[in-house]
Amino acid sequence: MTVPLRLSVRRSDVPLPESALTGVRISVRLPSRLEVLEEAVDVVARHCLAEGLSARQARFHLRVALCEALANAILYGNAEDPTKAVDVHVTVTDAAFTVEVVDEGCGFDPTCLVTPVLPDDIEAAGGRGLFLIRQLVDDVSFNDRGNAICMVLRRA
Amino acid sequence: MGFTVRKEPTGVVVIGVDGQLIVSNRHELKERVIEAVDFGSRKILVDFTATGYIDSSGLGALVSLAKKLREAGGELRLAGLNEDLRTLFELTKLDTLFNITASADEALKGF
Repeated sequence: MTVPLRLSVRRSDVPLPESALTGVRISVRLPSRLEVLEEAVDVVARHCLAEGLSARQARFHLRVALCEALANAILYGNAEDPTKAVDVHVTVTDAAFTVEVVDEGCGFDPTCLVTPVLPDDIEAAGGRGLFLIRQLVDDVSFNDRGNAICMVLRRA
Repeated sequence: MGFTVRKEPTGVVVIGVDGQLIVSNRHELKERVIEAVDFGSRKILVDFTATGYIDSSGLGALVSLAKKLREAGGELRLAGLNEDLRTLFELTKLDTLFNITASADEALKGF
């Protein structure tokens, strides 16, 4: 069965790290279809803006980085299988917005990717996604399996 | 979200990107450009004045289209990038690959 687009925003009632003042968690579950990608990015960005992410971070850094992470999850992680879901979880603290994107795939090795800005690679059609994420957010990490990316945007 | 296409009296085809240029619609841009080339156009200007953001797939599409135009003896130029979009091109060093001007009107002069 196709996974429906589902959004939930809730204030966490569980103990948060000392740095957390707002304790808001934004969750979005979407099917592995590129057609819903833009809507999912827009929903997350609008909620982050409402929670105090700066206008430029919400309009540019978050949107592009999240778009890249979701495209990777849909295309490569879940191979566009509509029965598989991609989950986005944003945790808002007084210090940062932590955005986690999780797919149901086998994962990948992020150390294998090239840097596409070298003169010989500049005309390559692909390979810029993860590079852009690293440039646009303050911190990037992956889980051991390689099917979850965690991106941190510190408050400006 | 969509694309507008118009042909200038000089023969330059101007394609406007309304909304995002991302993984889900990059093929549509490719189709518009290839269609123009098939009809004999060799000078294509992509106008980003009404564009929100571009992802790596959109950048990749522009790179491959520029190459295709060059091989056909033509040129792909870009115009109307806002500060965010210009930053994307600078981060990826693609600002060195394209002729980029502030506005479509400016780009059309001498193209």
